[in-house]
Amino acid sequence: MKKSRRSFLQIAGVSALGLGLKPVADLVAAPAEHGEAPAERVLKNEAALKAKQWAMVIDTRMFESAADLEPIIEACHKIHNVPSIDHPRHEIKWIWEEEFKHAFPTQELRFLPERIEHLPFLVLCNHCEDPPCVRACPTKATFKREDGIVLMDFHRCIGCRFCMAACPYGSRSFNFRDPRPFIKETNLKFPTRMKGVVEKCNFCAERLAVGQMPACVEASNGALTFGDLEDPESDVRKLLSENFTIRRKQALGTGPAVYYII
Amino acid sequence: MLEKAFKGSKRYYGWMTALLAVIGIGFGFYMWQLRFGLGITGMSRDVTWGFYIAQFTFLVGVAASAVMLVLPYYLHHYKAFGRITILGEFLAVASVTMCILFIFVDLGQPMRVLNVLLYPTPNSVLFWDMIVLNGYLLLNIVIGWKILEAERNAVAPPAWIKPLIYISIPWAVSIHTVTAFLYCGLPGRGFWLTAILAPRFLSSAFASGPSLLILLCLIVRKLTKFDPGKEQIQSLAKIVAYAISINVFFFLCEVFVVFYSKIPEHMDHFKYLFVGLHGHGALVPWMWTSLGLMVISIVLLVIPSTRQNESILAVACATVFAGTWIDKGLGMISGGFVPSPLHHVNEYIPTMPEIMITLGVWATGFFILTVLFKIAITVKEEVAGVAS
Repeated sequence: MKKSRRSFLQIAGVSALGLGLKPVADLVAAPAEHGEAPAERVLKNEAALKAKQWAMVIDTRMFESAADLEPIIEACHKIHNVPSIDHPRHEIKWIWEEEFKHAFPTQELRFLPERIEHLPFLVLCNHCEDPPCVRACPTKATFKREDGIVLMDFHRCIGCRFCMAACPYGSRSFNFRDPRPFIKETNLKFPTRMKGVVEKCNFCAERLAVGQMPACVEASNGALTFGDLEDPESDVRKLLSENFTIRRKQALGTGPAVYYII
Repeated sequence: MLEKAFKGSKRYYGWMTALLAVIGIGFGFYMWQLRFGLGITGMSRDVTWGFYIAQFTFLVGVAASAVMLVLPYYLHHYKAFGRITILGEFLAVASVTMCILFIFVDLGQPMRVLNVLLYPTPNSVLFWDMIVLNGYLLLNIVIGWKILEAERNAVAPPAWIKPLIYISIPWAVSIHTVTAFLYCGLPGRGFWLTAILAPRFLSSAFASGPSLLILLCLIVRKLTKFDPGKEQIQSLAKIVAYAISINVFFFLCEVFVVFYSKIPEHMDHFKYLFVGLHGHGALVPWMWTSLGLMVISIVLLVIPSTRQNESILAVACATVFAGTWIDKGLGMISGGFVPSPLHHVNEYIPTMPEIMITLGVWATGFFILTVLFKIAITVKEEVAGVAS
């Protein structure tokens, strides 16, 4: 009797382990079934804006001081329910300002034109062509969409913060506490987040889906331009062909999709 | 065999109760963290991994070090280690359990942890880390238990255990290699972006793990009738001596590359750790202490007369353990986050609740370790009693 109880427990233990590993085994064993695409159940909005790789050009010549950037930051943080937490460790930000030496630490120059030295630069998620955060995420909670946008699934994120270690631009924030009490006015059209998940700029995927430009672009009086990097006729491509631009930490090979005209 | 963990002296029960108390306090603080979020720790937007992940990294090393007993015994037939391989394997079990617990308490949404299995993502190093850590835990439980059972019944261990033992050797190397890959494959983190990180992790692992094992052997000899053996301890001491020397050598290789090339993104982290950066240097005294301890331990371990003196050896092992703990459990992780990718210097200092949760996990590990060692040693005492 004793013997059989022991072997029962052993078999039960191994079975439980097997069940847990099933999804992993499926991944290795059954890729053939994915050959046929299932019939599309989600219809796309006809009015949605589409692109192969969304990109942004920021014309910094049109900014003079932090006051010029405030309405842009405010527009983004308001519609995305980004909380304003004063505690420096718990801060959440999607788009914010940095001095040149912080926005472009690898391109630091000893002698900068005075305008640039103290000019605030807008920084946000670069929606990299080859994003290190997507590579690092263990649950595919952060992923790259067909149109190049790097998105977050707030409901799948386990809060391991590997993506934050992987991001070379410090673009991601973590909810160190419940953010909801710190949202002044909740926008019911966009989800709020809970404690313990990572978040960042989403290039206004929810607005593009209904044919609107990103909120920051709309609030920028033309200083921010948004468009398809792969379309030679797009506004961003025109700006890129007419102006010399730089990107943040280009040498890392991540392919940032945010360009700066200095 | 589990019943042996329930029969013990008053001292044994006292020690276990003390550990349970620490676990209870840590658990209470964890409940607070679960309610409030990770905001009760010292981590921040810039330093997103802290004490928990650092302990995890250090303990992966301690766990991997079991291979330093298994390899000489099974591949080189170094018979002396047969007596204590079980201690190494059970130390690995306790350490890997702590590793898994430290990852768990670090998660922002722990109830979603099974998403790692539900949405397996082979391009993430964390996915592989989960596989190697759990695999290593299972290997050591099965191997340790079966070998001990066979010893108790005075029969040969089952034949199927041999292949598992051989697999466990490269597997031990893999757990610390994959753990190093968590860090060294990240493009914007100059401190970790070095191919020597995995070798460095392994060398410090093979110093810290066996040094802890020597200390445990000395305690076991003092408290029980089982003597792990003088030769065994001396052989382990030689392993520690080589490993800690190689560890310091690897560190100096890194220092040369960083300070001769003078690339700021690599150099600034070392400056932060060893001399301070822009007026911030909370870790400076710690890092020099760590380096000092490692150098002292090399002197004590390389000179035969001091190494062979078991009292001095105990001091040397404590020195190695403390030195490598500061290096990995304190400097290695926050050093990589300061300065931030935007070159801001925001320091990390663990908070009290964070330290209490950390102690709770350590106590859990020592609880498991004590139970397993109690079982193993009682069996060994019994076997010796029958033989004599």
